[in-house]
Amino acid sequence: MADNAFKDIPGTTLFDSQQSRMGFHLNQFCMSLMKAPNREAFKADERAYLDRWPMTPAQKQSVLDRDWNDMLALGGNIYFTSKIAATDGLSFRQIAATMSGVNEPEYAQMMLDGGRSIEGNRSKMETR
Amino acid sequence: MARITAGVATSHVPAIGAALDNGKAGEDYWKPVFAGYDASKAWIAAEKPDVVILVYNDHASAFSLELIPTFAIGCADAFAPADEGWGPRPVPVVQGHPELAWHLAETLILDEFDMTIVNRMDVDHGLTVPLSLLFGQPDAWPCKVIPLAVNVVQYPPPTGRRCLNLGKAIRRAVESFPDDLNVQIWGTGGMSHQLQGPRAGLINREFDNAFLDRLIDDPEGQAAVPHIDYVREAGSEAIELVMWLVMRGALDPEVRVAHRFYHVPASNTAVGHLVLENVGSLAAG
Repeated sequence: MADNAFKDIPGTTLFDSQQSRMGFHLNQFCMSLMKAPNREAFKADERAYLDRWPMTPAQKQSVLDRDWNDMLALGGNIYFTSKIAATDGLSFRQIAATMSGVNEPEYAQMMLDGGRSIEGNRSKMETR
Repeated sequence: MARITAGVATSHVPAIGAALDNGKAGEDYWKPVFAGYDASKAWIAAEKPDVVILVYNDHASAFSLELIPTFAIGCADAFAPADEGWGPRPVPVVQGHPELAWHLAETLILDEFDMTIVNRMDVDHGLTVPLSLLFGQPDAWPCKVIPLAVNVVQYPPPTGRRCLNLGKAIRRAVESFPDDLNVQIWGTGGMSHQLQGPRAGLINREFDNAFLDRLIDDPEGQAAVPHIDYVREAGSEAIELVMWLVMRGALDPEVRVAHRFYHVPASNTAVGHLVLENVGSLAAG
């Protein structure tokens, strides 16, 4: 497990050993979506496809709900969960907007304006 | 003997590949990104490297959580573009250089860098987007490529110091290869970006430019920077920047900056790009 300094970074989940162990089956499910026939099977019946994997009920629900932040909290890694987004035809920018609580045009404008500022975003101790 | 003549660093944003593949490179959003590589395209057309050692990270394409090598070297004859969830990129198959790759693997392991040897591997945008940026859209890539994959997905990635020292060892290994080859080394990924969670979209222009300065002039100092500084200051995915230190370690202590470019944004990410030449190689002509 990583040292606690990483836990002080706001809005960020470090994919350390603890997250990796918790999320193993969730991430391996995501990995299966690399193959076109699996993408089709998932799209045809999401619940049935998820039930093939020894994931927790909460992990399965986070996928069904497309709750991207919940997936991360439950051990998902963004490079894996983004394969669900690709299966849905969503871009990385679209899910990044969702995870940060804004719509895509707002997020895209923030990026055009130079991105999210580091000021106020270094530490949970900072007052915003 | 084989020689490392130059290093290239570049971000490997997947949206850049998608823009090129879908004919959007001429759009106002993307024009400044591609324009930042025009000088480098001309440069590399003149340089004509025989082989590029391409340091990149796999993004859950070839390596799932079943197997997570810290440093993996591709020794195969060829590497196909990976299907990352929307079909493989329409780019040429990457041709390897198995003789040099195996020589590097053997030499590095005996030099105490325990490489994972990979004989079959698809390569994702981390490797193919840099090729597209430097070579455009040819029918075949104009040089051989040795993929060198670094784990930066599962914490902890290798330290900056380890990456710099691997670069130094790669140089020694290349220079003990008997064939006369013009070899470049590329470091890819970064710059500031965070793709996950409520802090997604983080960009730190000041951090990025200080990193570029220090990578050029003080790589030993930059190698001492701990992971937490990258993650806190420049975003969880900015940790990819340790891979640029592998490239830097393989070059002379003092280098000539042939090109430098920085742009925000490309999708979620700050784009950084350097072309560095070994001054010794220039003198040797």
